[in-house]
Order: sequence, then C-alpha cells, then structure tokens
Amino acid sequence: MRPWAIALLRRWESLLVLAFVAFVVLGSSLSPYFVSGSNFSDLTSNLMEKAIMALPLALIIIAGEIDLSVESMLGLSSALLGFTYALGWPLWLDVPLVLAVGGAGGLLNGLLVTRAGLPSLVVTLGTLALYRGLASVVLGPRSISGWPEWFTNFGFGDIPGTLIPWPLLVFAALAVAFVFVLHRTWIGRQIYAIGKNKEAARYAGINVARVKTYLFVLSGVLSALAGVILTARFSSARADNGQGFVLDTVTSVLLGGVNIFGGEGTIVGVVLAIFVIGVLRNGLTLADVSPDTQSVAVGALLILSVAGPTLVRRISAARPRRQLTNPVSNS
Amino acid sequence: MSVRAIDSPTSSALAGRIGLERTLTLVARLREVGILLVLLVVVAIVSIQAPLFFSVSNFEQILLNVSLIAVVAVGQTTVVLTRNVDLSVGSVVGLVAFVTGDLLKEHTLDVPGAIAVGCLLGVGLGAFNGLIIAVARVPAIVATLGTLYVYRGLDFLVAGGKQVSAIDLPRGYLGIASSSVLGVPTLIVAAALIALVAAYLLRNSGVGRELYAIGSNPAAAEVIGIPTQRLIFGAFVVCGLCAGIAGVLWGSRFGSVNALAASGLELQVIAAVVVGGVNIFGGSGTVVGAVLGAILLATIENALRILHLSEFWLLAIDGAVILLAVATDAAIRGYFQRILMRTGRR
Repeated sequence: MRPWAIALLRRWESLLVLAFVAFVVLGSSLSPYFVSGSNFSDLTSNLMEKAIMALPLALIIIAGEIDLSVESMLGLSSALLGFTYALGWPLWLDVPLVLAVGGAGGLLNGLLVTRAGLPSLVVTLGTLALYRGLASVVLGPRSISGWPEWFTNFGFGDIPGTLIPWPLLVFAALAVAFVFVLHRTWIGRQIYAIGKNKEAARYAGINVARVKTYLFVLSGVLSALAGVILTARFSSARADNGQGFVLDTVTSVLLGGVNIFGGEGTIVGVVLAIFVIGVLRNGLTLADVSPDTQSVAVGALLILSVAGPTLVRRISAARPRRQLTNPVSNS
Repeated sequence: MSVRAIDSPTSSALAGRIGLERTLTLVARLREVGILLVLLVVVAIVSIQAPLFFSVSNFEQILLNVSLIAVVAVGQTTVVLTRNVDLSVGSVVGLVAFVTGDLLKEHTLDVPGAIAVGCLLGVGLGAFNGLIIAVARVPAIVATLGTLYVYRGLDFLVAGGKQVSAIDLPRGYLGIASSSVLGVPTLIVAAALIALVAAYLLRNSGVGRELYAIGSNPAAAEVIGIPTQRLIFGAFVVCGLCAGIAGVLWGSRFGSVNALAASGLELQVIAAVVVGGVNIFGGSGTVVGAVLGAILLATIENALRILHLSEFWLLAIDGAVILLAVATDAAIRGYFQRILMRTGRR
C-alpha cells in the first residue's frame, strides 16, 4: 500500500468512519426502516442539541479542562425561556436573554476555574447540580407549551423541499466556524498549546486564564442555544429537559479522539463521533431498546474510547522493554 | 505544588511543606468544629421559626435520612482521599437496591442471602470501576461517568419497567429499618458503626495512612514504594461495598424500589464529602467530617420542608454548597500557603 494510504488508515478518524459504516450495516439488519431519508433526518435532528454542546466542550477538553454542567445549562435555558415566554414577553427578547444567562453561567464556571484556581471537574459538577436546581426553581414541575408555529417549525421542521432539519444548518455553520478557528487560526494554536503544557503556554505569552474563561463562556452560550433548539423541537419548556445529555456529549468528544488530558483532538473527529453515537442509538431504538438501556452501550463506548488507546500504548510500550530488562526486576 | 516539593527538596521548602500539612490537619479539625457551629445556628434559627422542628422524633427522622447517604459518603471519602472520585455511587445503590428487592420478591433467596448477594454485587461493581481506573488508567471522572450510565442502564434492563413494592417484601427485611437497638433505630446504629470503623482504619492503619499519602502526592507515594494503583483499586472496591450496603438497606428503608431509585444521589454524597472538609485534591479530610457534612445537608433539607420552602431549591443548594465548600477550602489553603512560604524564606 502507498504510505499516504497507510497514514490515512491509521488515523483515528478513519476508525470512526469504519465504526459509522459498521453501525449503519448493523442498523439496517435490525430494521428495514433504518436506511431511509426520513429516518436519517429524524436521527440527525435528535442529535443536534448534543452536537452543538460537544463543539465548545471539545475545545475545553483540548485546553485541559472539562465542563460537566452543559446539560444543566441546557435545562436552565429551556426553563428560563418557558418562564419568560409564559410572562408574555416576546421571543425576540427571551432568546437573547437566555443566551446571555448561558454566557453568565459559563463565566461563573470560567472564573471559578481560572481565578479561584479550582479544578474544573468539581466546579462544573457543582454547577451541574446548581443550574439544574435553578431550572426547577424557575419553572417547578410545569411545562410551558403554546409556542408560535415558526418557532416550533424551526426546531422540528426541515428546510422546505429537503430532508435537512433547520438545526442541522445551525450546527453545520458552527462546526465550520470551529474547524476554521481551531485548525487555522492563532486562537486554535493557543488552545492546543495550553492543553499540551499550561506553564510553557504562559511563558510563551498566552493569557491562559483569559482563553479558558472565554471557552467556558462560549460553552455556556451554546448550551443555552441548545436549550432554545430543544424547547422548539419538543414544543415544550421543562426544567428537566436534556437530563443525561452529558453522557453523549462527553462521549462524542472523547470518542472523537480528543485526548482527555488535553492538547490533542480534531473537530472532524468529534463530528464523526457524534454521528456514530447517533446511528448507534437510533439503531437500538428501532430494535426496541429503551433510551436508558441504550446508555449501557454509550457508557461502555465512553470508557473504551479512553481505555482502548491507553491500553494499546501500554502494551506496545511494554513489549520492547521486556527484552531489555531481566525478568526478575520486571515482576 | 506537590511536584515542586519533589523538584526542589531544599530544607526550608520541606519544612514549609510539613508545616503546611500540619496546618491543614488543624484546619480540618477546625472544619469539623465549624460544621457543628453552622449546624447549631441552623437548628437554632429553624427552631425559632418552627417549634415543630426541635423534637426528638424530627431529629431521628433527619438521622434516618442521613444514615444511607452517610454510608455512601464513607466510601466516597476513601476514594476522594486518593485524589479520585466515584460518580457511579448513585447507580450502584439503585442497581443493588433493585436486585436485592427483586431476589426477595421472587423468593429466590432468604433475607440474609439476598443481603449478601447485594453487598457482593456492590463489591463487584466497585471492582469494575477500580479495574478501569487502576489497570486501564482511565481517569476516574471519565470511568465513573461511564459506569454511572452503564450501571443505571443495567438497572433499567433488569427492572424492565417493573417495581418492587412493600407488599412484595418479606417482613424480616422491612423490619430492619423499623427495628431499633436500645431505642436507637438500627439504620442509624449501623451507619454510625460503619463510619467509626472506617474512621479508625483510615486514621490508624498502615493502609489508611498510605491512602492519604497517595492523595497528597501520588508521585512521592510511588517513590517510597506504596502500591499506588493497587490501593486505588482497593478504595474503589470499598466505595462499591459501601454503596452496596446502602443499596441493600434502601428497599428496607423506603419500601418500594424502581429503576430510578437513588438517581442523582452522587451529587448529594459529593456535596456532603466536600462540605465535610475532605479535600477534593486528595490527601486530607476525615470520615467524621464527611458524615457531619451529610448531617448538615440533611438538616437544611429537613428545615426547608418544615418551613414550607419549595423543595425545588434542594438540588440548587447542593450545587451551591459544593462550590462554596471547595472555594473556601482553596482560599484557606492559599492563605496558609502564602504565610508558610513567607516564614520558610526567612
């Protein structure tokens, strides 16, 4: 084989394409409805909120941090949108307000991580509880419906004459922007540098705290946007919207080849992983497996996506060493 | 900070480090006193607002609610001390609770048998976490986020929409929660015993000290010959066992179990642990502190109910409390570190 072909095959993204094809084949054997335009359209529109949240999360993990609070920010945004809409406020006011609250929530995460020096894992675990709690404080057990038709159409409908859901357009635009910023600009290079070696990045003149804070703000805003889209798609604002989304979002980032310790990963990989998980879940749904049980497969995928490469690296690193050292000291 | 201590083993830095550890132990002690004070203030305020609150039966109710969470918090403390975290505890409690209840419902096993199987299941689930973390070296946060959903999914798979109700359960099993030892409910006694044994072992046994050593400086612990990964594996097994015990008692306490039992419990447990002064970076904190943290949170929860404040606040309070506790810890730590660095230089 040509060297470039071998290099292409050895890329993580190629594995993801193979996994995608494998799941499509598996899915079509499970149900005759699997391979159809309308099923792929449904499958895609089911994914978009998680996909939109996965993009900023990828940057945050590449920068060496994590944000577990995204699903709760989605819930808080949905609850706030419902609350303000029920007050009779117009949507053109509600939506920017909700996005601003998302940004503020992200800013709180960012400041606690960068200024107070707390680990993002604990901070966002705390805000995972806090934002979901605030969502239920705002809306209680109510569910707000009666949205204008153009709004629910945006969430649920396709672009006229096609099978492309509107939210896919939003996601595609965002994904292109993320690819450009991460892989083609100095901002992206700063993010990689911070994730590879925070101290070195700081000495190279990168304002690590500021970049990280912006990333958390971005994550908050896009999670709130995901909340708006989910509300439109379900035509219902509820405090528990998006509960459990953190699993799929984190899994798609790590399965997408982003290194959990930071410094490595591509947006293309993440986008592929989002669709791999989507196809897997859709296939299982058509096979009558409940969403909660599907999470067994996604959770296993999450663990494997981190354990797999580590184990392979350890095994291949252990092999030559065994020949050099004597077996007694090796045990 | 910990890395710097190895890189530059100058005597002043070392003295500063030892001084820091001592001060932090002192701070942890003060923390326990602090929680007690906050607890007294909460009790005083609520008692004035609602005299109903200040009664033996209500305090017993609070402690009953705490007992299961406290047992899980003991296991979580063991894990957090080693600079790890177990997010799957809620799912372990739920899965064990359902399996135990189902075994009793179908009369597959008698009460002691079902309890033993439940505890063993907890150990097995904890060991699986431990393997992923200690052998496959997956960061605990990713591993247990995965198993949080894997174990909950298995729970749904086993339950299949069914539910175990009090009618299905033998009296001998339900009696555990309603019985009492010398006038004190058995659950409270059991939780107190587990916490005391764990507190003693962590404080006085060699393995206990080694767990602290791993948490305060993993690299140094490895250098002095502590089997780091094996002990981390062990900590997750202990955490699984504790969650298993809580799961076994769950059905007895609440009478009915469905596939959603104990979901979200991990956030309450982690809140209790960090409020109790267990350092989320590992290496310091006590089981007694974690249990006090659980009691404080349960008291606040009970007070909200009695004062007829919306219970929708509960989750938000848990979250705010986690943030407040870790931020306070970091501030105190930073303050003493600055003081010690100044004196170390002199």
